[in-house]
Amino acid sequence: MGRIALNGVTKSFGVTEVIPPLDLVIEDGEFTVFVGPSGCGKSTLLRLIAGLEDTTSGRIEIDGVDATGTPPAKRGLAMVFQSYALYPHMSVRRNIAFPLRMAGLDRAEIDRRVTEAASALNLTDHLDRRPGQLSGGQRQRVAIGRAIVREPAAFLFDEPLSNLDAALRVGMRIEISELHGRLATTMIYVTHDQVEAMTMADRIVVLRAGLIEQVGSPLELYREPRNLFVAGFIGSPRMNFIDGASAREHGAATIGVRPEHIEIDPDGPWEGRIGIGEHLGSDTFLRVHDTGLADTLTVRAGGEVGLKTGARARFRPMPDKIHRFDEGGARIG
Amino acid sequence: MATKSSRSAARVMLAPAVILLLGWMLVPLTMTLFFSFKKYLPLRGDSLERGLDWVGFANYARFISSSSFWPSVQTTLVMVGCVLAVTVVLGILLALLLDQPFWGRGVVRILVIAPFFVMPTVSALVWKNMFMDPVNGLLAHLWRFFGAEPVSWLSDASLASVIMIVSWQWLPFATLILLTAIQSLDSEQLEAAEMDGAPALGRFAHIILPHLGRAITIVILIQTIFLLSIFAEIFVTTGGAFGTRTLTYLIFQRVVDSQNIGLGSAGGVYAIILANIVAIFLMRIVGKNLDR
Repeated sequence: MGRIALNGVTKSFGVTEVIPPLDLVIEDGEFTVFVGPSGCGKSTLLRLIAGLEDTTSGRIEIDGVDATGTPPAKRGLAMVFQSYALYPHMSVRRNIAFPLRMAGLDRAEIDRRVTEAASALNLTDHLDRRPGQLSGGQRQRVAIGRAIVREPAAFLFDEPLSNLDAALRVGMRIEISELHGRLATTMIYVTHDQVEAMTMADRIVVLRAGLIEQVGSPLELYREPRNLFVAGFIGSPRMNFIDGASAREHGAATIGVRPEHIEIDPDGPWEGRIGIGEHLGSDTFLRVHDTGLADTLTVRAGGEVGLKTGARARFRPMPDKIHRFDEGGARIG
Repeated sequence: MATKSSRSAARVMLAPAVILLLGWMLVPLTMTLFFSFKKYLPLRGDSLERGLDWVGFANYARFISSSSFWPSVQTTLVMVGCVLAVTVVLGILLALLLDQPFWGRGVVRILVIAPFFVMPTVSALVWKNMFMDPVNGLLAHLWRFFGAEPVSWLSDASLASVIMIVSWQWLPFATLILLTAIQSLDSEQLEAAEMDGAPALGRFAHIILPHLGRAITIVILIQTIFLLSIFAEIFVTTGGAFGTRTLTYLIFQRVVDSQNIGLGSAGGVYAIILANIVAIFLMRIVGKNLDR
């Protein structure tokens, strides 16, 4: 069980309000990702749920029980920190066993659970090493191991992959998703990387300056971003925004078209000069200048397009993939 | 130092320092050893010009068979041990306290370090005359305020008094080293331990104390070196009376009071041996911490 409900939760540091009143329900078993630019309050929100920060006002409920004033250890949550926060003077075995020892479990039970967690995380060969002798990915797994042995109601992850190199990050992303599939425990995951959010989440909470901009499944956010901020934040490369006359033609202050929804078409309505092309093999992202629409237009083309830098080409946005926004940046229709 | 020439250049440049330090240590050591085998009583007319009589191990035998030798060794060890215990324990507590955010922390930190800058002689005099004086000392006033009989600290509780004075002097050093160590502790580790269900004392025992291990080792090693040779505090307060005569002080009395340089030198050699025994024990017990 692990249903977490926030009712009108606020947090201020002195006079600065980091989180204005916020309501959010995280259902049992859900993989929720808090995503937003740095300083948007997503880590603070996680720490509020963990109990490492006190709420200024509002209620936090875990499984229907008010946990607002409950100390962190009693909330039944486990957290994986950005720095992993492993205990450097303890072996991997003692690191993983630490929460169990603190809970006063008997030796046999501790051994059983540590062995189980270690084999699930491929750490069996490293149990007697110190964290300092492990690689980044292994340390990450120890931190996760320390979290799972407690069999918590929910896992909290605070940007756990940001210290890993790109290849390892992809691997750990999949491991965490698989772990969620296996345990089916509530997980709350904080990241600034929208790719992590899109690939792992059941539900994404997009935050800006402590405010929830939108909550929804990855594809909902991709298909129907509620406002300009979400539209620009979700999707890579980011959506093209066009305002002025061509936006007004569509009855909007701003229109947005994703790079993958613009086609190269000799009869297309838009024309521009090709700038830098990023060739990824499977795709090519073209920067298009002098379109009269926006500074730069990003267009995704097929793997091998014959267009050279400096060439001119015409483009056509897919008509049903144009997002329209009003003056306030909110979605129309 | 990659190349041969840079290595030899490094040797040449280090040489003056090494030679100076070696000379600095070797000359007094050799002289001590030399005198310890001689009869050298300046008041009886012995002098280097006239040549000193070789007496073999007579000085050593006499020094160790003196009734004050073993008590002085014991006093030395008790004093060093107690000062170490007091400074390390209080140092950890003070460091924990000073690590907390509170108003005026910067000023308080400087004040805490202040005693370290007071010269040993001065601080001992201040303690002796302003605090521990049985008639006019602050402590005597305090005792009388509560209706108790003032304690004559330096005669009734002399060893404890000296330990108190020396601890007061060395506490800032321990606090300073331990405070910097505490500040280098990753706060996420403490938060992780909190999430893992460790109570405040558990976090102290399992996270903070192991983290401080190395700093505590350094405090103990450095302080021991200096504490073995405490002199001024004893000289100024009790003059070695009432069970405060350490080995260092005994040597001083043999050389200066009895004007027996040969006997004092033999005592000096014993002091070197004692210091080495203590050092070996310390390295065995706490030196392991430094390897990590």
